[in-house]
Amino acid sequence: MSYVMGEFDVAVIGAGHAGVEAALASARLGCRTILFTISLDQIANMPCNPSIGGTAKGHLVREIDALGGEMGKAADKCTIQSRMLNRGKGPAVHSLRVQADRVEYHKYMKTACEKQKNLYIKQAEISGIIVEQGKITGVGTSLHAIYKCKSVIIATGTYLNGRIHVGEVSYESGPDSVLPSKNLSQNLIECGVELRRFKTGTPCRVHRRSINFEIMEQQSGDEKIVPFSFETANGEVDNIVSCYVTYTNSKTHEVILANLDRSPLYSGRIEGVGPRYCPSIEDKIVRFSDKPRHQLFVEPMGINTDEYYLQGMSSSLPEDVQLAFLRTIDGLEDVEIMRPAYAIEYDCCEPSQLLPTLEFKHISGLYGAGQFNGSSGYEEAAAQGLIAGINAALKIKGKEPLILERSTSYIGTLIDDLVTKGCNEPYRMMTSRSEYRLILRQDNADLRLTPIGHKIGLISNERYNRLLEKIDMINAEIKRVSTTNIAPSDSLNRFLEANSTSPLSTGCKLADLIRRPQLNYNNLAQFDSGRPELPDDVCEQVEISIKYEGYISKQLAQIDMMNKLEEKKLPENTDYSQIRGLRLEAAEKLNKIQPVSIGQASRISGVSPADVSLLVVWLQQRKG
Amino acid sequence: MNTIAAISTPNALGGIAVIRISGDNAINVADKVFRSVSGKKAADMAGYTCAYGTAYDGGERLDDCILTVFRAPHSYTGEDTAEISCHGGLYVTKRILRTLLKNGAETAQAGEFTKRAFINGKLDLTQAEAVMDIISAKGQRELKMAENLREGAAFKKAKEVSGMLIKALADLAAWADYPEEDIPEVDPDTLLKELRASYNMLNQLVMNYDSGRILREGVATAIVGRPNVGKSTLFNCLSGCERSIVTDIAGTTRDVVEETVKLGDVVLRLSDTAGIRDTDDVIEEIGVGIAQKKIDESELVIAVFDGSCPLTEDDLILINKIKNKKCIAVVNKSDVEITLENKIINQYFKQIVYLSAKENTGVEQLTAAVEDEFRLNEINFDTTVAANERQKSCIDSALECIQNAISALENGEFLDAVTVLIDEAEQYLLELTGEKVTDAVVDEVFSRFCVGK
Repeated sequence: MSYVMGEFDVAVIGAGHAGVEAALASARLGCRTILFTISLDQIANMPCNPSIGGTAKGHLVREIDALGGEMGKAADKCTIQSRMLNRGKGPAVHSLRVQADRVEYHKYMKTACEKQKNLYIKQAEISGIIVEQGKITGVGTSLHAIYKCKSVIIATGTYLNGRIHVGEVSYESGPDSVLPSKNLSQNLIECGVELRRFKTGTPCRVHRRSINFEIMEQQSGDEKIVPFSFETANGEVDNIVSCYVTYTNSKTHEVILANLDRSPLYSGRIEGVGPRYCPSIEDKIVRFSDKPRHQLFVEPMGINTDEYYLQGMSSSLPEDVQLAFLRTIDGLEDVEIMRPAYAIEYDCCEPSQLLPTLEFKHISGLYGAGQFNGSSGYEEAAAQGLIAGINAALKIKGKEPLILERSTSYIGTLIDDLVTKGCNEPYRMMTSRSEYRLILRQDNADLRLTPIGHKIGLISNERYNRLLEKIDMINAEIKRVSTTNIAPSDSLNRFLEANSTSPLSTGCKLADLIRRPQLNYNNLAQFDSGRPELPDDVCEQVEISIKYEGYISKQLAQIDMMNKLEEKKLPENTDYSQIRGLRLEAAEKLNKIQPVSIGQASRISGVSPADVSLLVVWLQQRKG
Repeated sequence: MNTIAAISTPNALGGIAVIRISGDNAINVADKVFRSVSGKKAADMAGYTCAYGTAYDGGERLDDCILTVFRAPHSYTGEDTAEISCHGGLYVTKRILRTLLKNGAETAQAGEFTKRAFINGKLDLTQAEAVMDIISAKGQRELKMAENLREGAAFKKAKEVSGMLIKALADLAAWADYPEEDIPEVDPDTLLKELRASYNMLNQLVMNYDSGRILREGVATAIVGRPNVGKSTLFNCLSGCERSIVTDIAGTTRDVVEETVKLGDVVLRLSDTAGIRDTDDVIEEIGVGIAQKKIDESELVIAVFDGSCPLTEDDLILINKIKNKKCIAVVNKSDVEITLENKIINQYFKQIVYLSAKENTGVEQLTAAVEDEFRLNEINFDTTVAANERQKSCIDSALECIQNAISALENGEFLDAVTVLIDEAEQYLLELTGEKVTDAVVDEVFSRFCVGK
């Protein structure tokens, strides 16, 4: 017999990186929110690598922070090593990556959720959603409890019908031996949600005392650390640990190849689709057989533990084979495995069923986020969780939803890719996925998104005012260097020649010098007597704005054009087969995706420019 | 709205042709191409006024024209519009259009002038369906034309360059997105070399477009055959019928360059070597480099055989040389008794036409055969031009982006900026196939590099 246990605005299923951000955002926006997890001890767990950020993912974390999410702050508090990747390749691809203490991260997020007003945390397995007349009205647990609610956000990660494979053995499980969610899938299918099966994997964890670090390459953190959060002060984050690099060799490859028949991937026992960018070591060796060695990173799982993570060695081979191949590797000759590597299969949804708000098109009030939407990665999950949480709350408050255009952010690009193109493998963010990447830099995430976060209500007035001050400082300094005259002098010309750039014969503006690739804002300080004292992040913006001015204005013009199309909204539930002149292929695609705007329609593969023109005329005709 | 341009008269042969430019910047674009005799700028002209002058591509004079200026909202589209009326040769008209595209206009999409007229309230709502029919029909035809173009050599070349750029982009993407992996560093000098090679290939392609075969509209056609089978007679017969020697190409001397002849709906460009003047010499040259080259360059070979006698050794050599080309066999002298063995001809040719060049009979069958070969019966020529021009303007834009990328690299700018420029170049090339850059690059990264945790 079922019984009602409470009434909420928003229920979040799953307390991983997506669920936590979703619940925090919804509660902070004033919605009575309940966060369900199968185990309270797994809140914001990192079942794979103990790190946050990386290329493009680092951008996501800074954007989450700029909008008022929690991930950046949590990562700063738990950082044990920090590095800015890609320095020297241009500011658009600078990416922050930290090693985080896994247990501390979980504790930080659990506390953040516990302390959050309006947020209730509950250990329970959700066995079904309740839909009445196309609208969410509640959820039910495996203990037959019913919680009434107006919105549900599904963030089930790899728990949904999870199945772990290690060699010939497989069993139903969530990650890290936690119970899987077993009944929800069937219920979702009955509600008309289209599910599919993906897989991912994780390498083994090994004991510190069994590793010979002396013969490995050491990798240290940055001397000057940039925190993730725009609210974390410089100097608050320190490097405490190092990571190490070692390599596989021909012996490793022999062991793996000799045991391929014992891998569930090669014997066909795994049906889920795995990501190409996250291949298991056996995959790498088979697909790239000409590579004599593959590198692996040895990363600490935290401060108060001796567990180390072997990045690059995910595998679904049997435990004995794992031990055998690891022991062929330099520095791991005596390695002691604490947790074996495994592959995990799970159910997720086809994301083209979602609107760009992450709400399901056919079930009002149902949202998806994270791996459930076909993505992979903690950061991708958190980004979607934040947006789903915001939109669930905005809908309940009767406000306009938040749709971040591709031109505003990596978050917008991620969501647009998912809902417009769908995905055939777990989706990972990459800088090459953004056509506007010279503008969508990690250094200006606050300038791009904090005003939006403020408008929604996740950014305090105080923080917003600090941003406005920063913008004023940047603009004033850009103006100053653009109008400051620099006269030629012997010392300046000596300096220019020493930097392999041509000397001045007549005066020029300071900005003209900054623009030269060989020079920068900081090293010209000695010739700039009127320079005010400014924070580093302001100087950085000034320099990038001047150096990239041409590119930035060009991208802004492209964005302008695209925005005109994004502003042309298409009505919901349109039957595109009824629109005169549309080709059949286009009509079918449009019917499936139901794009929200002409802009989104134009990005659907199979929709031609002529089809877009037709839609424009059709829209105009409807308006009358 | 952005500024668009297209040839608005049918791409048939007429006394004049009109090129329409519409959009916010239409008048300025016109000013960059048209110089009036009076010296008055288009920007200073009132609506509904004309000026006589000349269209220029940079320093090169293209044609004498009339420019008509329409000021928004008093134009067909409701936007600022300029129309250039020129002398109607296919080549000249396209040159003017191209020059406009080079100066900031974009190729108009299918039915776009009409669409804009509608959007700007120049057509009333009841006409919406008619507008949609126009867009739909033109769109379908352009799509079909674009598909046909994919068979062409120009497209294949562009595709090859596109592949080169994708490879470079994948190198850059893998290097930027997987800094931790053991992926070769992108060396700016190597990249520069690759970009220059891409640039040169595309540039060559554009030069070919401009100087020759494809641009001068029509199907490059070689009339071949051994001596005395009647090639000259056939040529005279073809050019004589309908008096359709259509154009002599601007800036060239009539007796050096090809003649363009219209056969039914298809424009053929008859190669001189194939029989305009040196008819009978050519035969001796079969097998010799120059004649072979003409065959290689042609898109259509009309092989002429003498129907009044059996096949000779020379005929068989000829058949062998042209067996991989699009061919039509013409069995001439059908006015006398046919003694040629049909079996051999039937074996080698799909299209066989019996005619008498002398008596001027059977030309209709040849026309039908040509139309059949090029399946142009139902294709409207303005869409052909649109598809063609879109291809060309994509390649031009790609070239410009590659040039910018090369300059940025030479200046020592960061690779993130260079990448975006190459990205943009690739986007233009991929427009030819409708693919998306980011997907193509991501696929390439994963197929070539071993990356991931």
